[in-house]
Parts: sequence; structure tokens; C-alpha cells
Amino acid sequence: MLKIADKTFSSRLFTGTGKFNDKATMVAALQASGSELVTMALKRVDLQNKDDDILQPLIANEMHLLPNTSGARTAKDAVFAAKLAREALETHWVKLEIHPDPRYLLPDPIETLLAAEQLVKEGFVVLPYVHADPVLCKRLESVGVAAVMPLGSPIGSNQGLKTKVFLEIIIEQSNIPVIIDAGLGAPSHAATAMEMGADAVLVNTAIAVAPDPVVMSRAFALAVQAGRMAFETGLAGQQQQALASSPLTAFLEDVG
Amino acid sequence: MSFYDYLQYVNWNECQLSIRSKTKADVEYALSRQRLTLNDFQALISPAAEPYLEQMAQRSMQLTRQRFGNTLQMYIPLYLSNLCSNICTYCGFSIHNKIRRTTLTMAQLDAEIAAVKKMGFDHVLLVAGESEHRVGMDYFRKIIKQVKSQFAHLSMEVQPLDQHEYEELIDLGLDAVLVYQETYNPVTYAAHHLRGKKQDFRYRLETTDRLGKAGVHKIGIGALIGLDDWRTDSYHVAVHLDYLQRTYWRTKYSISFPRLRPCAGKFQPKSIMTDRQLVQLICAYRLFNPDVELSLSTRESAYFRNNVLPLGITSLSAGSSTQPGGYTEDRKVALEQFEISDDRTPEQMEEIIKLRGLEVVWKDWDRSLNIPLEKGF
Repeated sequence: MLKIADKTFSSRLFTGTGKFNDKATMVAALQASGSELVTMALKRVDLQNKDDDILQPLIANEMHLLPNTSGARTAKDAVFAAKLAREALETHWVKLEIHPDPRYLLPDPIETLLAAEQLVKEGFVVLPYVHADPVLCKRLESVGVAAVMPLGSPIGSNQGLKTKVFLEIIIEQSNIPVIIDAGLGAPSHAATAMEMGADAVLVNTAIAVAPDPVVMSRAFALAVQAGRMAFETGLAGQQQQALASSPLTAFLEDVG
Repeated sequence: MSFYDYLQYVNWNECQLSIRSKTKADVEYALSRQRLTLNDFQALISPAAEPYLEQMAQRSMQLTRQRFGNTLQMYIPLYLSNLCSNICTYCGFSIHNKIRRTTLTMAQLDAEIAAVKKMGFDHVLLVAGESEHRVGMDYFRKIIKQVKSQFAHLSMEVQPLDQHEYEELIDLGLDAVLVYQETYNPVTYAAHHLRGKKQDFRYRLETTDRLGKAGVHKIGIGALIGLDDWRTDSYHVAVHLDYLQRTYWRTKYSISFPRLRPCAGKFQPKSIMTDRQLVQLICAYRLFNPDVELSLSTRESAYFRNNVLPLGITSLSAGSSTQPGGYTEDRKVALEQFEISDDRTPEQMEEIIKLRGLEVVWKDWDRSLNIPLEKGF
């Protein structure tokens, strides 16, 4: 079972609430995914009003909320947003997203590290969205974040695991859960991420804008399960050729 | 959590059984993977891997050349003192051994430095027995500056110190610390360390955590092969390395694999490792971890070193003496920690290495790079 901070998860598929064409589809898709952690942009919900049309169905379905700071362009913005979310939603979990770049929404590593350090000190469970940068992930781990969320490719791009070599290094080095976030466009991308040893994936756009989000959501759930199962049992390797002669180790036969 | 806490979850007997039960299929599986797990490492050091030695050697050589290039780093040990207040059953410096005890004076140290520099070395390893009052921080403070002014890279293999002491020595120019656990089996450890501070298994094991926190540039680890089952101890070294790399990720690591040899104490090892098994272990470390430095000392024979040096090793000592004053005084005085098996000069060694198509690297660091890491990571 996956454990992040003090919470355990039986599903390793995390989802988001953006880009659905209606709320009923969103709820049906999130339910079909089996996801237990759902992120939503703070800027999209009405924090004063618990009857908000995004918030209300999530609360009604007992989903664990992961407010994100999307829209924040600096550490200061993000810390402020996280505090607002904590107050309004009664959760100290936050997905830290700081992207000053409005086109590709790429995360700012410097502001993210600064904000993460401060939010951890203030008692938040911080899950930072970052580029697939192994050194940054270790720096974030050392300031006490609960997991890291490196990207597979630019957010919403559906291009899959373009950062694969770096994700492999992050997974190898990390002492905290690694959640592959952003860019996963097909269930096969999610399965590959899980086969590589990712602890979880977060998928939003590829589900929300699929012709049938409910079916696609189920497909992602199965892919994540399949990939995890394959990782746990170990993939079959490619066979190497046996060698007829022993040029490097024959010297061991020459002595008594 | 320190490595001591971490080790509480690793059961010695279960590891030993698990290694012994590995099959050909497990070995073939491990050999087919790009990134090896600790479980794969168990397969590669198991008896089942012995028929696959040539394949392991080929892959180990290829990975080593890819990562380190066609080079071998040279270093030399410089013994500061053979004073020791421990009784360790296997060691020539053990307090109950009747050898002449000596600690280098500043003048003697200068002479040793000059002799070693003349041989061409720029990376030096300072070694001393454990005698905290006479060869402690006051002594280290005095000599480190002096030694570092003459060498590009300075390693130490002395008694374990506290974090603040390491921080101070790093500030003075210390680049690397070697600290071998000898055996990771606490029961066996207790049976071989009969007196002195070295009896404290936990303090020794947590040395690498203190070093990691102090921000040292490089840490060397290893087990003394022969105290207990070599496969299980070597597996623990791999677990230790894996832990350290994930925890103190800005530090470099090296591994040594000293095999027990006859010494003044006439100690007989519990398990004997053959040459073939040592090659197996070297290759297994390399396949498990393409980046770790692997070091081979002059405990090994010239024939063995000649043949093994392209297979995975990254640093070699040569022309070594294991007694204080050994580079300037008569070498036949009975003071040594262990017997040297390969007594060729650095020049002769360089010739051999070149014949193997490798370049000898004497300097691969610089005094100006010794800026301590920001603390607290």
C-alpha cells in the first residue's frame, strides 16, 4: 500500500478536476477511476461556499482533496494560497504548483523550493509539482516534502514520458514517494511509469478530454494496476548472449 | 534514522539463506537488467553466479570504461602511527601484539611526505591505529594542514570521530574518510573486538551518517573479508551503499574488499575467499552500481592485480608500506599492520597499467575544491 505522510492509499491513480465538460461526467469519471486523491485548483473553487459545484460532489463522495496552488507565480503567492485552502477546506495537504510561464506552465524550481521549505515548517503536507530534475527532488526531500511530483512532459500535452531517463534517476534516488504528474496521455504511459517503479501517477487532461471520460478513467485505473503488478513481480529481462571463450577470467584457471 | 536503525530491518540469517538459495534463473535475470536491485546483487554474489563469471567480467569492464574512461587513479597510504588501544583479533596493530610502537613527529612526517611525493603521488591516504589521546584531534589538526599543502587529495583512515570533529577537519582540507565496518554481523563483530572504543558497533556503523551530515566529499566503506560469511557481509556493504547514496546524495562513495591475510597476530580467517570469488564480487559491485569507486590495495598479489585491474577497479595503491615511517626508514622493522603482497614500485605499476591500455591518473582533485558543503542537507 502506498503511504504518503500519515495516509495510505489502495489506488495509485491520482486524478484532477479540471477540463471536464460537466460536473456529472467529472464525478462519474472520478468514481470510475477508483482514485482516492483528487486535486483541484484553488482558483477554480468558491472557498466561501461549500455548495460550490466542484467541491460539493467531491465532498459528497468522500474523496481526499488535494488543493493545488495553480495560478501562483511566486513562492509568496503559493504560500498564501495554501493557507487559504487549509482554512477553507480543512486540509493541510497541498499540491504546490508555481508556474510563472503561462504557455507551457513549467514549474519554477527556485520559487518551489522556497515555498516548500516554508510550507513544511508551517505543518503542511507538501507535494510539489516539479520538472524531472533529480537534484531538485533531493533538495525538496531534504526540506521535508511528503512526496515529489515530477513531470513526464509538459502539462496537458499528452506526450507521455519524455523525461524518462531523469524519472528513472529520481525513482532510484528518492526516499519519499514519486508521483509522475503531467503529460501522461494514454493508459500505456501510466503503465510504463508504474513499471519503472513510480509510486503513483496523476492523470487529469487525458481523462477529462477523452471522448468518454468514464471509460478512459477505468482504462487508466487498469493500466496503473497492471504496471504496478509488473513492477512488483519484476519484468522479464532481455536475454544476453553466452560467451564461448573467457578472455577476461581465464587467468583464474592458470593458478593452482 | 541512521544506518544503524535501518539495519534493524535487515536480518543476517535471512540474507544468508536468500543468497544461498539463488538459482541460475535468478542470475540470468539479474544479468538481463539495466538497473539492478539489491535482490539482483544477491544473485550475482551467490554460488549460482559462478558459471557466469566471464559474462559478469565483460559487462563490468564495459560499464567501468563507460563511466570512468580508460583510466586508473593512483593513491598511497601514509601510516602516521601504530599506537592502538583496541584489541582486534585480526589486526597487527592490536594492543596485545609486541611490536615497536611509534607515531610520526612533524619532522618524520615531512620526510615521509617528501618520499611519497617523489614517487609521484598526489592523492594520499593517512592511516593510524586508534589512540585518541596521543593520535587524536590535536594531532590531526597539526598535521592535516601540513599534508594538504603538499597533496591534491587527502583521505583518512583513523578512528571514527564526531560530526563536529569531521566538520573541523574538512575545513582544514580533509576530502575523504574510509571507515570499514569489518563485519556487519554484530555477534561476530563482538567476538573480534575485545577491547577499546572499537567495541562499540553502533558508533562505528553510524560514522558514515556523521560524515554524510558533515558534508564530506567522499566516504569509503567495506567489510573485512573473512571475519564472517563473505557473501552476506558483502551484501550488507551493498545495502549500506544504497542507503548512503539515497541519504547523503552529494557524497561520492568507494568500496574496498580487503581479504584477511597473515599478520602479526597469526589470525586465521573463518571463511576463505578464493581469487575467483573476489573477481565475482568486484564485478557484482560494478554491475549493481556503475558509479561507485572500487579500490584494490597491495594486499593482493602482483599476478592477481595485473589481471583484475581492467575489470572494474578504479583506484590502486602501489609501492605501499603499512608501517609508520615506512617510506624513509628501514622497511624490515616489524611494525606493520598487514603484509604487502605486491611490492612493485609505482613506476613498475604504471608500466603494467599502460600495457593494459589504461592511463594512470595521479591527480584528479584540487586543493581549491575543498569548500565544505552547506550544512544541514
